[in-house]
Amino acid sequence: MNWLNTAFVLGAAFLAVFWEAAFGGVRYLVGAQVDLLPPLMVYASLCTGMTTVASLAVCGGLWFDSLSANPLGVSILPLFVVGLAIHLKHELILRDQTFAQLVLGLGASAAAPLLTLLLLLSMGRNPMLGWGTLWQLVVLGAGGAVATPIWFHLFGWLQHTLVHHRAVESSFRPDREIRRGRG
Amino acid sequence: MLKRPHYIALGLVVLLTLLVLNLPSQTAARFRLGIGSLFLPLFGLAASTQQVTDAAGDAALPRRELLKRNDSLRRENEQLRLQALQAQETANENTRLRQLVGWQRQTPWKLKLAKVVLREPANWWRTVQIDLGSRDGLRVNLPVLTMDGLIGRISSVSFTRSQVVLVGDPNCKVSARVENEARDLGVIGASGPLDTEFVELGYLSRNANLKPAQNVTTSGEGGIFPKGIPIGKIVDVQNTEARVKLAANLSALEEVWVMFP
Repeated sequence: MNWLNTAFVLGAAFLAVFWEAAFGGVRYLVGAQVDLLPPLMVYASLCTGMTTVASLAVCGGLWFDSLSANPLGVSILPLFVVGLAIHLKHELILRDQTFAQLVLGLGASAAAPLLTLLLLLSMGRNPMLGWGTLWQLVVLGAGGAVATPIWFHLFGWLQHTLVHHRAVESSFRPDREIRRGRG
Repeated sequence: MLKRPHYIALGLVVLLTLLVLNLPSQTAARFRLGIGSLFLPLFGLAASTQQVTDAAGDAALPRRELLKRNDSLRRENEQLRLQALQAQETANENTRLRQLVGWQRQTPWKLKLAKVVLREPANWWRTVQIDLGSRDGLRVNLPVLTMDGLIGRISSVSFTRSQVVLVGDPNCKVSARVENEARDLGVIGASGPLDTEFVELGYLSRNANLKPAQNVTTSGEGGIFPKGIPIGKIVDVQNTEARVKLAANLSALEEVWVMFP
């Protein structure tokens, strides 16, 4: 059911990008919009394969940039680098632990925008930067840290509900049951 | 350690990124438009949900309250009509005087109302998207304002939507004039990432005599923004720079006016 998981991840990325562009309430409360793609990338890199990680980076990055003033394609590489870095160590990470999810979400959500900003600056663009950017990175990191376990729970529930589980064969056979007692 | 599939994936993603980033601007714009149009069903859904919520809110409003509001709006309308009559008289007088002096005739502003449908998802730009596009006659660099003042200019146009780059974004510079005796000129530039209310007014002359509470309007120089659109008020001055509090509230944009020359 690998393709179904990939479809879930891409569907979630699509909705996440729309949410970020359509609802700006978080930005007006705390001064920065939380990015839900890096936490999703943490889930994808720990629980799915390389194809899903690459698909999420490409589709998520393109969707994000199409609704933003970013040059088209600039968000792809930072997302993929974050995903690849986690995927390389995924066998060593206790992915079911909430603390591990929080820490990875925090790191990924701070690293992805930083890499994007570096890429923008190296392309000669002039994004809005200042001391406030540090606060925005803190908000992005904290928001991503909270969002990561939520994605894990959501996908766990989706898998449990929608994915067919193989029936475990039991060695018990009623016709071979030893009947005890008389009669 | 990187294995072969990792190298292949990394190579493909880097190649694709370079390819997309180096697309010619027109192709990139079409590509962006195509990808952005995938979200159209969600726009429709969000708009319908908003309409249903508004309709439910309207239905819940008591009749007495509606009558009260109607009465207040009627009075306001009468006052505004009187003011409009007065303004028309002044405009006629202005036209006559301009003809006498031989100055060029001023054309009245043509405005079109638009709804803000999306906000910038990235934290390092300041843009919004509106529900008017090239089918409504919009084109790049048209000024956008609210009843309070200037908010920005159109930066890109698709068939049904347009992107507005807001005042304070590094890509929206505005030539401004301070309403004091010297009529000092300056340029509204970028603001800090967290400052949505304030912008910097720079490139002022050393002899500029600026004081807090002086109004700042567009100067008409630069060829994009017509003269006289309110931008904001000066709050503090440092050497050849001043901080300006914007007249329009950029955090609460719902409906905006696009100005046609």
